[in-house]
Amino acid sequence: MTPVLSLTRVSKSFGGLAALSDVSLSVGPGERRAIIGPNGAGKTTLFSLISGEALPSGGEILLFGRDVTRLAPHRRAALGLARTYQITNLFPRLTAFANCVLAAQALRPMKLHPHRDLRRYPEVLHRAGEVLAAVGLAGKADATVQDLSHGEQRQLEIALAIAGTPRLLLLDEPTAGLSPAESTTMTTLLKGLDPSITLLVIEHDMDVAFALTDRITVLHYGKVVADGLRHEVTANPLVQEIYLGVA
Amino acid sequence: MAHVGAPWAQRLGLALLLLALLVTPPFLPPYLLTLLTQTLIYAILAMSLDLTLGYTGLASLGHAAYLGLGAYSVGILATRWGAGFWMALLVGIALATAVAAVFGLVALRATGVYFLMITLALGMVVWGLANRWVSLTRGDNGISPVPRPVLGLPWSFGRALPFYYLALVGFVLALVVLRVIVRSPFGATLIGIRESESRMRTLGYHVWLHKYLAFVISGAVGGFAGVLWAYYNGFVTPSDLDLSVSIEVLLMVALGGRGTLLGPALGAGVIVLLKNLVSVYTQRWLLILGLVYVGTIRYAPEGIAGALMQWRRWMQRARAA
Ligand SMILES: Nc1ncnc2c1ncn2[C@@H]1O[C@H](COP(=O)(O)OP(=O)(O)O)[C@@H](O)[C@H]1O
Ligand SMILES: [Mg+2]
Repeated sequence: MTPVLSLTRVSKSFGGLAALSDVSLSVGPGERRAIIGPNGAGKTTLFSLISGEALPSGGEILLFGRDVTRLAPHRRAALGLARTYQITNLFPRLTAFANCVLAAQALRPMKLHPHRDLRRYPEVLHRAGEVLAAVGLAGKADATVQDLSHGEQRQLEIALAIAGTPRLLLLDEPTAGLSPAESTTMTTLLKGLDPSITLLVIEHDMDVAFALTDRITVLHYGKVVADGLRHEVTANPLVQEIYLGVA
Repeated sequence: MAHVGAPWAQRLGLALLLLALLVTPPFLPPYLLTLLTQTLIYAILAMSLDLTLGYTGLASLGHAAYLGLGAYSVGILATRWGAGFWMALLVGIALATAVAAVFGLVALRATGVYFLMITLALGMVVWGLANRWVSLTRGDNGISPVPRPVLGLPWSFGRALPFYYLALVGFVLALVVLRVIVRSPFGATLIGIRESESRMRTLGYHVWLHKYLAFVISGAVGGFAGVLWAYYNGFVTPSDLDLSVSIEVLLMVALGGRGTLLGPALGAGVIVLLKNLVSVYTQRWLLILGLVYVGTIRYAPEGIAGALMQWRRWMQRARAA
């Protein structure tokens, strides 16, 4: 089967700094993959290259079998890609519901309609309510983002990402800054996602990573140093040394 | 989308305002009627800038260009070819739209302060043309007299009161059009871009296209204001598209309240009034504008409309407690 995502020798440098070098990666349909690695390893940069927010210095990126290496971010979203952000990136002065409305209409042609009141598009409003409920924020519809707790904001991040029914979802540290209890809520929420969605998760918490995924890719100084099933990766002496701190 | 307060309260306020604008003018002294007419025309310009500045988050310093393009269209067509109101209106709006379509291509390559600088430069280009293309614009002397429009109606628009009502019709038209736009799905995307451009992009929006469309619509409505301005004044000069006009409009929006449409219209009233009160000291006008700006930033960063909403929220909380 065609891989959902395939990277071939992808590199990215910022000035003299090589954030990623020769990264190759293939993710199959329905797969759930964790990306781990120390701070500054290039994980977020990898997501930005896949989403199109940054362009690679070299290499090739295929999405759903199509070369998207230099395609604009919105075109990639239209193909079925969605992402969340490590540093919460929402519409801060709008309500949780309005945030979801913007996400729900993003891939519909009606988003350019200038002549009818937005409230007269029941299918969009319905979808917004649906994803808000899916992440457990149905009771917070009218709260502005600024009035949500950090944990609720992280949940809203997920709601925005799933509103367009993506086929590939990139989650950048979904539990960043969450308390243990909030982290458990988030893990449960993510486990409940439609199993047909291919998932790529950057995660620092190994328990969360293990709970959500079966395959792990380890990045270190911009290079893939290990890639495989959980027990293969954790048994890798290099990984133990650099990441798990078991030297 | 971000409706604040009960819709019925908003609707009632709007209805009262329109009613006042409709019934009081016959009883106003001529000088006030003049100021009110100027306010309505400038309010159209300020609301058109609000679409880009307030809703989309694009601060432009060249908006006087569209006022000028609309005004010069009228001036040239009416005096050289004796064109009528509808023809001049059509050409004025079309020219402003076309120039905005070109300027947008240039300016929207940049963001933030660079966008501001480019719009400033483009505005100066139009101002320079008005000054230098003497064979067409008569340069410094300007074009006069521009006759008041004849619409085949029983009232002569040469008189102040009928012309006021013409401006009022134009104002309401612009308000309705812009209000429909900002409440539409497209309008929501502009607010989204203002709040987080990067998120909009990865959600699947062609952010540039949405900004571009807002920029062009803004220019078109600005041209409409210019058409009325030329007919109102009876002459057109390069000072109509001076940098200080762009600054005034920017201030009307900031002072009135970005992203509220009616706020900037209110801001237009305050600035027009202020300008006429201190017209004796015209050389100090820019300084006064600067002080108004600093005062707004310091005491009402969300403008008059924002301060009113804040006050209402505060009252509600006090009542609830
Ligand atoms: N826009 C940028 N400009 C310059 N350097 C950057 C930029 N983004 C990331 N980097 C650098 O690239 C490296 C990888 O960053 P990042 O992908 O954020 O790592 P991670 O997500 O694994 O913590 C870091 O050294 C970071 O400082
Ligand atoms: Mg990161």
